[in-house]
Amino acid sequence: MSEAATSVNPGLTQPLLAKRTSRRWLFSAILTTAIVALPVLSVIFLAFFPDENIWPHLLETTLPRYLVTTLKLMIGVGAITLVIGLSTAWAVTMCEFPGRKFFEWAMLLPFAVPAYVIAYVYTSLLDYAGPVQVALRDLFGWANAADYWFPEIRSLEGATLMIGLVLYPYVYLLARAAFLEQSPSLFAVSRSLGHSALSTFFKVVLPIARPAVAVGLSLVLMETLNDFGTVDFFAVQTLTAGLFDTWMNLGNLGGAAQIATTMLVFVVILVTLERYSRRRQQQFAARDNRDPIRRFTMSFPRQLICVAVCAVPVILGFVIPGVTLGVYAWEYFDESWNPDFVHNTFNSLFLSGTAALTTLLIGVTLAYSRRLHNTRGMQVLMRLSSLGYAMPGAVLAVGVIVPLAGFDNWLDSLMRDYFGFSTGLLLSGSAFAIVFAYTVRFLAVSAGSVESALQKITPSMDMASRSLGNSPGKTLVKVHLPMLRGTLITAALVVFVDCMKELPATLILRPFNFETLATYVYQFASDERLYHSALPALIIVLAGIVPIILMSRSISNTRSMA
Amino acid sequence: MRMKLAATAAIALTALPLAAAADGEVNIYSYRQAYLLEPLLNAFEKETGIKSNVVFAKQGLAERLEREGRNSPADVVMTVDISRLNELVERDLVQGVDNDVLEKNIPENLRHPDGKWFGLTTRARLIYTSKERVEEGEITTYEQLADDKWENRICTRSGKHPYNIALISSMIAHHGEAETETWLAGVKNNLARKPQGGDRDQIKAISEGVCDVSIGNSYYYGNMLQDESQRPAAEAVRLVFPNADGRGTHINISGISLTKSAPNKDNAIKLMEFLSSPEAQGIYATANTEYPANSNVTPTGLVAEWGKIHPDSLSLQVIAENRNAAVKLVDRVDYDGE
Repeated sequence: MSEAATSVNPGLTQPLLAKRTSRRWLFSAILTTAIVALPVLSVIFLAFFPDENIWPHLLETTLPRYLVTTLKLMIGVGAITLVIGLSTAWAVTMCEFPGRKFFEWAMLLPFAVPAYVIAYVYTSLLDYAGPVQVALRDLFGWANAADYWFPEIRSLEGATLMIGLVLYPYVYLLARAAFLEQSPSLFAVSRSLGHSALSTFFKVVLPIARPAVAVGLSLVLMETLNDFGTVDFFAVQTLTAGLFDTWMNLGNLGGAAQIATTMLVFVVILVTLERYSRRRQQQFAARDNRDPIRRFTMSFPRQLICVAVCAVPVILGFVIPGVTLGVYAWEYFDESWNPDFVHNTFNSLFLSGTAALTTLLIGVTLAYSRRLHNTRGMQVLMRLSSLGYAMPGAVLAVGVIVPLAGFDNWLDSLMRDYFGFSTGLLLSGSAFAIVFAYTVRFLAVSAGSVESALQKITPSMDMASRSLGNSPGKTLVKVHLPMLRGTLITAALVVFVDCMKELPATLILRPFNFETLATYVYQFASDERLYHSALPALIIVLAGIVPIILMSRSISNTRSMA
Repeated sequence: MRMKLAATAAIALTALPLAAAADGEVNIYSYRQAYLLEPLLNAFEKETGIKSNVVFAKQGLAERLEREGRNSPADVVMTVDISRLNELVERDLVQGVDNDVLEKNIPENLRHPDGKWFGLTTRARLIYTSKERVEEGEITTYEQLADDKWENRICTRSGKHPYNIALISSMIAHHGEAETETWLAGVKNNLARKPQGGDRDQIKAISEGVCDVSIGNSYYYGNMLQDESQRPAAEAVRLVFPNADGRGTHINISGISLTKSAPNKDNAIKLMEFLSSPEAQGIYATANTEYPANSNVTPTGLVAEWGKIHPDSLSLQVIAENRNAAVKLVDRVDYDGE
């Protein structure tokens, strides 16, 4: 059935090329990729110089367990995010029920909650001294932990749930955008051919949305693979735990880089397999956006089910953590309140904003260059530029330091030798280093979504514009960017929220006396007293809400705008 | 156009943290949370007029220092564990300090022979027992943690945590690797639950009846007593200073090193002197209930109540050297496993 919307590639490559101008695009794509790939390449480079060979010891002891735990975690989180993300995206797009408009954007709220914060909140609620167990003991007259069984939140299952709850918005966001872009007539045709709504969903809707869902899911899985905060807090031993153990306890950075590189290879294989499996698909939307979506009208019980399906993730992923933080912030207000707040908030907003714009600019450059030069080489470039997301933040930070400090010291020596003055460290230890790290880390998010949106614009648009004498650049600005507006805003805002939450790279790379909201929260959380920083934690969450609402509106507008 | 924008942004970004080599400043890379240092650094500034700048991170600071090389702005590195200090020496990132004040204030066993690091506080690794379910004197040594009688009654944090690694390193130094492995397997066998959380969480677990015995640093207990919501948990446990009648209780240090490239060397040494002075040592003891390294300083409050500690005289250097063996041992007995 999916052939209905896919057609054979009509030849994106040659007709779009006007040799001289598009060579500029190719050149800038190669240059950007080279710069962006530097940190990842540095880590791979470090992997060649381990202090000792870690593998015999790892293989003999913990590696099997790390691998199994990591796989379980990834499968669990993948399943949770797919189920929640797809079902809620489908519900708010296609069904009419009370509160639908509210849930359209509310589904995204958990995205604003950092995983390490939600993990902390649920631990404090569900552990022995927390309100839930206290109430149960009072109710049943139990004396202590030996008297009853209670699920352990600090477990693999707990970590899976926590990470799943804050990451499902990736899948939701991309799936919903994809559902909205689909022409309702496809759905109608399928139904008229005798498919039920459910079977249409699996046979028509999902296959067409697959590239977008795949991007969302791969972001989820990469983030899961690299999570350290939550799994460390919950004592869940994943590969990342092994990596940090090798680095910090054995002092073997090279060995740690080897583990990171192995994880990277794993991710690349995963992503390649997914792409390979739909290599023959090519979709161009016959965008008939004036045709409004006719939502299902449903019986009251079914409407209730829709409300429940949407409400549960939001309550668990946002309302409960938000309210708990609010209560702590109120109780510990005096400890929490700090005049540096405004400053820290500004730092967070400034860095995240700059990084969001940078990633967007680079993402568009790369994706559009790929459109102009649809060669295997360009595909490799695209993948290479997105690898930063597949590496734990702290490791990537070291990968950032290596080339930046190398460049600074090289320039400094040059200046000292020839001009007799020292330039010192220009880039490393500055806010530039942090923005660079954010860009490298989150480029996958923006480049991925721009690329998949760009693929849906039929090449005849380019041809029309170019045959009217517009250069590739002008075509981009006049034709593609306006059509991509929703995607661009979404991509920038996702990156923005991600940067607001980013912690490990910021910690390592920041200048002196420099705090973002996340690092400020972390210094208390890492000392087992997060309640002292409930207020800034709450602000991270609140600061994420505004872009989320904007984001959701821009997606809804994609239909009405056209 | 785009180039111009990028250039402007780059300049703005690099200019933002205009710092750090100006006169009257000292730059600190710290493995310890900045807010814990604040009272000390404020007192230092008040006394000398020298302003301190801090970067705090738990990972990657050594790598940053190494890559920044001779241009690194960092003057000193502050750590919470001997193995980090030792790592700085091994990677040749720090320089020796030959200074009378420091040598007078810090006893010889708490500093590097060539002055490449100085201990500022010591923290004892204690055993906590339930006041209700464990008799006083029922357990008095680390070795006894492996006794069968504690089966299913012990809680600890991850065996990989630097504080536990240092304890295991000291066991290796005293008993050899094979015997320590048997011991650690015995402790693992006695665990009531998979290692998790921090040292405070183990004290809480005792008060909750999950287990009866735990291991933890001395100051966590002190800090819990100072926090109203955590005090009841702390009051449910008794402190045991292990091996007090024998070789002494295992201790670790928090310390400071002067970097090789230190651009503000004089200020950095002033800071080191200050931190070893009675005034600063007193702040450490009262604010974070740690033992002062300066033996001329009489601690106040809780630390004074605990009385004089009998520390294990084992060289910290040896503890640092046994680190890798200890880490691998933890893996071999699968201490953190289910």
